[in-house]
Amino acid sequence: MELTGAEIITRFLKDEGVEYVFGYPGGAVLHIYDALYRQSDVKHVLTRHEQGAVHAADGYARSNGKPGVVLVTSGPGATNAVTGIATAYMDSIPMVVITGQVPTPLIGNDAFQEVDTVGITRSCVKHNFLVTDINSLVCTLKKAFTIATTGRPGPVVVDVPKDVTGFSTNYSYLESVEIRSYTQRYDPPAEQIKAAVEMVMESERPILYTGGGVILGNASIELTEFARMARIPVTNTSMGLGGYPATDPQFVGMLGMHGNYEANMAMHNTDLLIAVGARFDDRVTGNIEKFCPQARIIHIDVDPSSISKNVQVDLPIVGCVKEVLADMINLLQQSGGVDRERFNRWWSDIEEWRTEDCLSYDNGGGVIHPQYVLQQLYEVTHGDAYVVSDVGQHQMFAAQYYKFDQPRRWINSGGLGTMGFGLPAAMGAQFAHPDATVCTVTGDGSIQMNIQELATCKQFGLPIKVINLNNGYLGMVRQWQEFFYERRYSEVTLQAQDQPNFVKLAESYGHVGMQIVNPDDVRPALEEAMAMKERLVFMDFVTNPEENVYPMVPAGAGLNEMILV
Amino acid sequence: MSRHIISILLENEAGALSRVAGLFSARGYNIEMLTVAPTHDATLSRMTLVTSGTEAIIEQINKQLNKLVDVVTLVDLTEGQHIERELVMIKISTEGLDCDQVHSIVTGHGADVVDESEETCVVELLGNSQKIDALIASMEPLSIKEVVRSGVSGIKRGADFLTI
Ligand SMILES: Cc1ncc(C[n+]2csc(CCOP(=O)(O)OP(=O)(O)O)c2C)c(N)n1
Repeated sequence: MELTGAEIITRFLKDEGVEYVFGYPGGAVLHIYDALYRQSDVKHVLTRHEQGAVHAADGYARSNGKPGVVLVTSGPGATNAVTGIATAYMDSIPMVVITGQVPTPLIGNDAFQEVDTVGITRSCVKHNFLVTDINSLVCTLKKAFTIATTGRPGPVVVDVPKDVTGFSTNYSYLESVEIRSYTQRYDPPAEQIKAAVEMVMESERPILYTGGGVILGNASIELTEFARMARIPVTNTSMGLGGYPATDPQFVGMLGMHGNYEANMAMHNTDLLIAVGARFDDRVTGNIEKFCPQARIIHIDVDPSSISKNVQVDLPIVGCVKEVLADMINLLQQSGGVDRERFNRWWSDIEEWRTEDCLSYDNGGGVIHPQYVLQQLYEVTHGDAYVVSDVGQHQMFAAQYYKFDQPRRWINSGGLGTMGFGLPAAMGAQFAHPDATVCTVTGDGSIQMNIQELATCKQFGLPIKVINLNNGYLGMVRQWQEFFYERRYSEVTLQAQDQPNFVKLAESYGHVGMQIVNPDDVRPALEEAMAMKERLVFMDFVTNPEENVYPMVPAGAGLNEMILV
Repeated sequence: MSRHIISILLENEAGALSRVAGLFSARGYNIEMLTVAPTHDATLSRMTLVTSGTEAIIEQINKQLNKLVDVVTLVDLTEGQHIERELVMIKISTEGLDCDQVHSIVTGHGADVVDESEETCVVELLGNSQKIDALIASMEPLSIKEVVRSGVSGIKRGADFLTI
């Protein structure tokens, strides 16, 4: 079958099982947009900014595990996409981004809308390609999907010059492709796994510290089984929430800078740290010199370079976390399991730390406290919503107060911390789960970074519930200025008179807007909004301006040196 | 901190070199020397990279390099028996110099004079980096105009191959 490069791209996407492409047209991709127009298998979602397109594809991927697909034009289209690509890269999200490029003969001539996309994106992609030959287009696309979705996933950019999309060649789909220089998988190492199980049996104060790798590797069932079987407490990173059921008594909460007291104390006192699909990020470890001082460390990860990067480990296990945990379960079973009484003392220590009740807060003063909104959101949605967060205090409150029992329900930009992520990522999640309740928790700063996507939501009828925790500040930055700069609030105030009227703004985009000022109205308003199944409801909660996120590990401190309230 | 020679088989693709160089600058590793050239297999390039760092850093460098999709395989030559070679060409001004002095340095180091003009000569030496450093040091008192080092290339000794 003779097809043009543009037709090959759309046809390949169909054959690859791609349902949605998130994108924005332009000169260099005109042929591809024409090919999209002439088919109906792959649906295109026109966002209102390329950054929105990439975050939408990202939210789609995070919420259902399939790769997100993006199509943007050359030059400014590609540069606008970079923040989204870097966001996906930091959190290892499978994604293929097709960027238009100026025609091959013009490359390097500073042509109109030319940027060196491969050069610009090199350090924030898992891999990238420039396709200069129509005959390598299919193979390159297949490689891109393979690399994006296997091993430790990540975004892959395929830069396609306009002339290549105009040439024709024979098309047939490629089921698989050999990439000799790319290791797609590692077999679970039996010796190390055996050693790990022995270490568990010998330990007295073990803890499972698990991250985004458990979600990406679809290993939450194995993690839950293993933890329950061995009666080991579990803490999650912010990327790992939902990997272990938050309502389970063995869950000790999130760890790290704004983690739970009991989680951080358990980390500090553990004698066996079992890290699963986590990467010892500095927001998690606190002062690395003071990190887990008594622990032997086992680290299970699919990416060898994650192991012993920040913290030297005693037992590295390179492999797919799902398979490794399954093997550990088997071994543990064969060896008769862990004595249920063994960790009694450890659990009584943990119960002691729990009595601190570190997430308690003062809910008085006649003002809305953001924690309360999140608690009510959890109850009203029965813990069953997709909660997509922006970046700031509201993100930490959501991570702390919404209890995630399932993987892929909590979606946030953990690694890059990209403000503006929330709304477009929520769109992606809603596309992936049209009948589910999708909420975005955001702040008055973050929401204005991609507010234009309200128009995309209107066009596609996405009934997202926007929970805007409006504190009149760039709150997280303000908190740091309060604590560490003697309250010199430098450029963090979003004065009420300078803010848009969010209710009218939502209405002008064709949505429902609500403003909630009174704490008593929080729950009824949430119930009312959730009942509007077909509508996007923008809920502007006017919250206590100077609320702080507690507990907190200050910079340079160890995890045991938390500031409680 | 110790010196390591990492030898890499790299896909002979546009941009492969910048991926390696970019990795080093992005992660703050140092590159002391870097050479790259095609091999007998036209699809592969061979790169030799000299770097230094603590053991933990060298381990990360190896892992991060392995993670690059264009890196087919690599070996840290300094972990075993190996040969390393580097070529240097040194151009000096011979004006007012005693030719015998130049020649005794050159022969003393096993180097050659490969070009001579009225005012200059070019001295060439093939050897490991220490030999080359020694030659440069002993020519320092003369009037060195240019030093051109090829960077290290290396290979393992014996029946131990870096192949795909
Ligand atoms: C794109 C981007 N710019 C700047 C920052 C730095 N930053 C982190 S949190 C924050 C404030 C966020 O304010 P808001 O969205 O209102 O949320 P709040 O903290 O008040 O809940 C800023 C500016 C960032 N994370 N992302």
